[in-house]
Amino acid sequence: MSHKDQSISIAAAHSGVLDGQQRLALALTAFGVLGLFVTIPMESIPGRIPWLLACLLLMSVGAAIYMRRSYLSRPAGIRNDGVWHSRLSARGAAAWVLAIVLTGFYVLLYFFPAQLGLGMDGEANRGIVALFDPLSRVLSGNAASQWFVYGALYTFAILAMGLKFILKHRHSRYQIIRTCSVMFFQLGFAFLIPELLQRLNYPYHNFANMWPLNYYFFDEWSVRGLLNSGGFGLFILFSGVAMIFLVSPLLTYFFGKRWFCSWVCGCGGLAETAGDPFRQLSDKSLRAWKVERWLIHSVLVFAIVMTAAVVWSYIGDGSGFFVTRGMLTGLLALVLGGLAVVALVRPGMLKELQPAVRWGLVGVLGTLVLVAVTAWIGGRSQLFFMEAYPLREWYGFLIGATFSGVIGVGFYPLMGSRVWCRFGCPMAAILGLQQRFFSRFRITTNGGQCISCGNCSTYCEMGIDVRSYAQRGENIVRASCVGCGLCASVCPRGVLKLENGKPSARLNNAPLSIGPTGVKLEL
Amino acid sequence: MKHVVIIGNGISGITAAREIRKRSDARITVISGESAHFFSRTALMYVYMGHMRYQDIKPYADDFWAKNRIELKRAWVKSVDTAAKRVAFEDGGTMAYDALLIATGSRTNKFGWPGQDLPGVQGLYSLQDLESMERDTKGIGRAVIVGGGLIGVEMAEMLLSRRIGVTFLVREDLFWGGVLPQQEAKLIGRHIAEHGVDLRFNTELDSILPGADGRVRSVVTKSGEEIVCQFVGITTGVSPNIAFLKDSGIACDRGVLVSEYLETSVPVVYAAGDCAQFRKHPDPERRSVEQVWYTGRMMGATVARTITDERTAYAPGPWFNSAKFFDIEYQTYGWVRNRLMPGQAEYYWEHPDGRLALHLVWNEEDRRFIGVNAFGMRLRHEVFDRWLREDVSVDHLVEHLREANFDPEFFAQHVKAIAISFKRNSAMHA
Ligand SMILES: Cc1cc2nc3c(=O)[nH]c(=O)nc-3n(C[C@H](O)[C@H](O)[C@H](O)COP(=O)(O)OP(=O)(O)OC[C@H]3O[C@@H](n4cnc5c(N)ncnc54)[C@H](O)[C@@H]3O)c2cc1C
Ligand code: SF4
Ligand code: SF4
Repeated sequence: MSHKDQSISIAAAHSGVLDGQQRLALALTAFGVLGLFVTIPMESIPGRIPWLLACLLLMSVGAAIYMRRSYLSRPAGIRNDGVWHSRLSARGAAAWVLAIVLTGFYVLLYFFPAQLGLGMDGEANRGIVALFDPLSRVLSGNAASQWFVYGALYTFAILAMGLKFILKHRHSRYQIIRTCSVMFFQLGFAFLIPELLQRLNYPYHNFANMWPLNYYFFDEWSVRGLLNSGGFGLFILFSGVAMIFLVSPLLTYFFGKRWFCSWVCGCGGLAETAGDPFRQLSDKSLRAWKVERWLIHSVLVFAIVMTAAVVWSYIGDGSGFFVTRGMLTGLLALVLGGLAVVALVRPGMLKELQPAVRWGLVGVLGTLVLVAVTAWIGGRSQLFFMEAYPLREWYGFLIGATFSGVIGVGFYPLMGSRVWCRFGCPMAAILGLQQRFFSRFRITTNGGQCISCGNCSTYCEMGIDVRSYAQRGENIVRASCVGCGLCASVCPRGVLKLENGKPSARLNNAPLSIGPTGVKLEL
Repeated sequence: MKHVVIIGNGISGITAAREIRKRSDARITVISGESAHFFSRTALMYVYMGHMRYQDIKPYADDFWAKNRIELKRAWVKSVDTAAKRVAFEDGGTMAYDALLIATGSRTNKFGWPGQDLPGVQGLYSLQDLESMERDTKGIGRAVIVGGGLIGVEMAEMLLSRRIGVTFLVREDLFWGGVLPQQEAKLIGRHIAEHGVDLRFNTELDSILPGADGRVRSVVTKSGEEIVCQFVGITTGVSPNIAFLKDSGIACDRGVLVSEYLETSVPVVYAAGDCAQFRKHPDPERRSVEQVWYTGRMMGATVARTITDERTAYAPGPWFNSAKFFDIEYQTYGWVRNRLMPGQAEYYWEHPDGRLALHLVWNEEDRRFIGVNAFGMRLRHEVFDRWLREDVSVDHLVEHLREANFDPEFFAQHVKAIAISFKRNSAMHA
């Protein structure tokens, strides 16, 4: 790096771009948040309902003023001004503070809920958990748990920040509709319906969340719970299985994985709304891409092994499950056979695979075979001669808690908003494989209009170097693309479009030639 | 081994270097005084506005060049000795070449106004310009921009993002009236004013006055008005950056004169991009100096073939371009001149909200489609490129406009409204 190149760094020079009104608004919001969290050490809280309402009101009013000032005072259009000048969105001091606070909150939430005020062993709740008791009673009829507090705050964040996102992108109907969808699924499917189900004495269930993202779906307690709650429980069980094997592959075939990752999923919902100020922080280097492919496919393998082990350990022992070990093995054989047929019919597909993906696939299939084989030889709860339930606990601790929560959200301000979706989510891995090989979805590029400015790559939360495709005029077909549409939104030259088209025309490698006959477009 | 030396690491020089590497094993050296690595000049504004950092506007990772054996030399070239086949650097030293490509781009036009070299007065072209703009606009209240073109709008947007007031002086009575037809020029003018820019038409710069600190204090217009400001942006166009070739014996006019093969008057010396001027352009509709991104890319790719012994003429195909004025995207395919040419007919459609427009031009006699301007809507390049090559009629185009729509899903569709109003309009003329 030359001296000149470094001196161009202008970060931090304009961190004070906020005006008085915006500062006031942020202060109000901060007071609201503070109001919630100061209750943590309190034994009892005077006037819980007014207190909670006051905090929510402060947060809402602050947010509303901020949004009005920041977005509605100017004509509609892309506003990313000062993103790399602000200490918060450019990994400055404020970002570190926020990351530490968030991470701390997640550590308490997952590992030390009593510190937040959760009453252990039948005791009454204290602190912030108690603050949410009244709301929880209204919805589910039970006292609040730390997960209820978390769910309520999570939903509030998606709604408030979703509104902000809509105002920021109000010139784009795609973004407005997509954000409404994410807000709807969070509020209805992820928050209200599961709570109300409990009130009606059904098991807690989020219809929009499926295995392997909700990795306990096939756990013994979960399956038993569903089987024991009559027809509705069965409905949940069968719809869950149908979602995994039928609905989701079909939707992914037609619309790409965006139908889930950026229209439905709660993790995606938070990333798209609350995480929006941090999307530019995702690492675009080749190295990151390599790490990503290894990591996410390994997590997928781990999730499958863990689930298979757990399921294996409790079925077929005569305790009344409909599914038996024989059937499960049959199912595995069927899946493997199906894949073998696909590989025979379309052998070219395998050649197209990136090595990491190919090995990932081999890993998944190999594990399935191993599961089937060792299962026949091994005993009741043994898989690869390991205990199934400890495996499940390790998965829950490492992937479910640490990765998706502590790192996935806690590190938003440092690593971008989709760390979990990009590096850790097994659901994203499955949908990604489908999207890469079977989907009608692709991002097309507009002939020779790209000026290589780099906006698209910078604002891709999945760390895809969109520009490298766009400047060559290539379609973008990447397993990790969640179809958020931001690359197309921020492109100043109208170069990118998310499309569902003929499967045969997906990979138009280098249709743009800038040779002797000018910009030639292969048609 | 043949040594190809390229002066200039802009899009032309870099495209040429990459293509030469793909096609041959020659030793390649790219020289630039401006930056160590290639960056996208078109994105300079986004660095200032804080959308991106400098490293984000570099299209290739820094290790790309070593991996592809493209040597980078950071220096300004002072002169070229074509007899000895050497270039000389400003800081001393020389470099021999077997083939030389001049791709030195442009420089900001200045027209000899009093005070034009004061601190705080500048154009926007290079990284160094961006640095001085960064330095000289810190904490200021008002800036004046002179000249109404694309870079002027970009500068206005940059300054506004830092909450600096902008007065925009335009000599004509319309915005970018030399290029845009008046309907579009008005639409864009309205949009610029909507952003709070103090837009002054029919106003010409007379002089720039210094303050007690020696920096710019105000500008004076031809009508004698004095506008107090702390920064002046000069955006009155650019011209080829070729001063260093004065004594080289390479024939130059406004730019380096080249044939359609991008060869200069001297053997093994070529020129491409902003700095090249065609003696006779292969496409008579086009100007002899083309200063846009994609033509630079195409000239770079074309000259790379010639340098690697496959002599190839520049043939850019149908014209296209795009830009963005604050929030309104603009795309053009074919030719829409600021005034209708004899024998041409036109149809202009504008959405009632005044931010969307489509302007079609065709040949009156055979209704052959000639060009389109689109504002606030995205059109598919591929389709228009085909229509222009196939000489389709404007009626065919209007009927199949949906095929060319490139707007994101769920966006309001105007194709039908346009088709209906087009038919009504042409019925009136029939
Ligand atoms: C702010 C701005 C925005 C623009 N936006 C657009 C747009 O949206 N769309 C579009 O089509 N076009 C746009 N353009 C124009 C486009 O950037 C140029 O047409 C294009 O960059 C020209 O490329 P080039 O390779 O010919 O020259 P340049 O990119 O100018 O590169 C020339 C290089 O040569 C170096 N050099 C010059 N002289 C010497 C010397 N004596 N010794 C060593 N090195 C030297 C320069 O420092 C420079 O690095 C824009 C231009 C600017 C300034
Ligand atoms: S490539 Fe575009 S649509 Fe896909 S994730 Fe990145 S920004 Fe979103
Ligand atoms: S944002 Fe658009 S113009 Fe810029 S690099 Fe990406 S595709 Fe090209």
